[in-house]
Amino acid sequence: MSGLISADHLTIRLEGQAVLTDVSLSMQPGEIVTILGPNGSGKSTLLRALLGILPASAGRVTRRPGLVIGYVPQRLAIDRTLPMTVRRFLSLPRRVEDAAARDALLRVGLPDVETKQMADLSGGQFQRVLLARALLAKPDLLILDEPTQGLDQPGEAAFYRLIEEVRRETGVAILMVSHDLHVVMAASDRVICLNGHICCEGTPRVVSTAPEYRALFGLGTQGALALYQHVHDHSHDGGGPGHDHHHDHTHDHDHTHA
Amino acid sequence: MIITTITPMTMITPMLDDFLIRAALAGVGLSLATGPLGSFVVWRRMAYFGDATAHAAILGVALALATDLPVTFGTLAVALAMAVTVSTLAARGWAMDTTLGVLAHSALAIGLVAVSFVPGARTDLSAYLFGDILAVSRADLGFIWGGAAVVVALLAWRWQALLTATLNEDLAHASGLHPARERLVLTLALAVVVAVAIKVVGALLIAALLIIPAAAARGLARTPEAMALIATLIGAASSVLGLQLSLWQDTPAGPSIIAAAAVLFTLAAIFGRVGRV
Repeated sequence: MSGLISADHLTIRLEGQAVLTDVSLSMQPGEIVTILGPNGSGKSTLLRALLGILPASAGRVTRRPGLVIGYVPQRLAIDRTLPMTVRRFLSLPRRVEDAAARDALLRVGLPDVETKQMADLSGGQFQRVLLARALLAKPDLLILDEPTQGLDQPGEAAFYRLIEEVRRETGVAILMVSHDLHVVMAASDRVICLNGHICCEGTPRVVSTAPEYRALFGLGTQGALALYQHVHDHSHDGGGPGHDHHHDHTHDHDHTHA
Repeated sequence: MIITTITPMTMITPMLDDFLIRAALAGVGLSLATGPLGSFVVWRRMAYFGDATAHAAILGVALALATDLPVTFGTLAVALAMAVTVSTLAARGWAMDTTLGVLAHSALAIGLVAVSFVPGARTDLSAYLFGDILAVSRADLGFIWGGAAVVVALLAWRWQALLTATLNEDLAHASGLHPARERLVLTLALAVVVAVAIKVVGALLIAALLIIPAAAARGLARTPEAMALIATLIGAASSVLGLQLSLWQDTPAGPSIIAAAAVLFTLAAIFGRVGRV
């Protein structure tokens, strides 16, 4: 395998229950891949296995030697008893120079929060600081576990635009988990539908028309999907020339929808 | 080595007798370790864990008295065994508070029962329950400062990794750290502190000295390092103030130190609002 990181026929059992069965995937440099699945489908388990936190029950995870991973956890509850400024947080676990810390915060659009307590940040600011910390390690691969949970829709859209900008500037590969259809369509090169095993995968458009995908998400999201396609089709009217590729419509799409 | 440390203090506070100076030095030395370690105990919500380890140490005292081994060795061994047992059971998904409740009280009770079989040990034991800081010898002092130095060095060496693992274990894992190893470092440090402190403040008050200064420091600090430092200062100040109280009012020394810490905690809670908004 020539990828950054790959899973080969990976099976994970937790307390005797198979949470993931025979999952194979590979990440290439610079691509954005989203894992999509309902609650309990093993999305977080897969990320934790790729990070090396959970041992494989069968199969294996292979990393390119020297691979640096930046991780943005789903939720980071900083205990109220632990005082922590943003600046101090950025120096964990490796101490970074002041200039590097300032650049990283600027990169994620938060110029004036260095001396603030982590506990005083808003949800969106908090996620951006987590991203800044992950970027300071100069990762080859960013792993984000539902990074926009708890953000409102504009905040979510802004966060994913930021992710795309970071990818464009640094060439970092991004693997993220979401249950949000809307976002997946907008910001991914490739989507993997997970429900204990890989149901289907491909470009967002291919996946959205796959019967496995429709079966997985059932009637509840049919409306949202139809709405997406509707809006998407219409955004062509307003789009300038050169907007031929469906996943390049991120911004138009987000704006129309919001 | 110890004498040179004592001399300048004798000049500053000539009214203090030798045993009081030793007591104060013991309290200050202990605070060097309990400041940063107590901060981790508070951050990781291990308060009861410290309590359980301290209680178990009584069993170590009993075993040491029965076998004529050094008491510090006995407490260190049992405190360590206790800490490792609790960590292992917790990792296997046992309910932490129940497990600690069963183990701590059992160890304390079995320790007290075991000690009743050792002739002449009953009077000794109360010293280990409540501490006898005024009876600290020069050798004890060397032990306390040595133990504190080991704990401080251990925490300083692992500081960044410990903080990251305390913040979030997955985050630590993703950075190539081993949270289980950092947990073991804290467990070790806790056992060492209990072993060297049990004679000074006693098993029942060790947890208090770990937690009260750190809790008091929380409202006054904006970074983890500041909190550990302030906790150390509050612990040292509590030792000196408590001993002064003990001298003036003839109160028991160990509890007076904790009472002084409680007063400082109250003041910090009233006046300290940094970083709490």
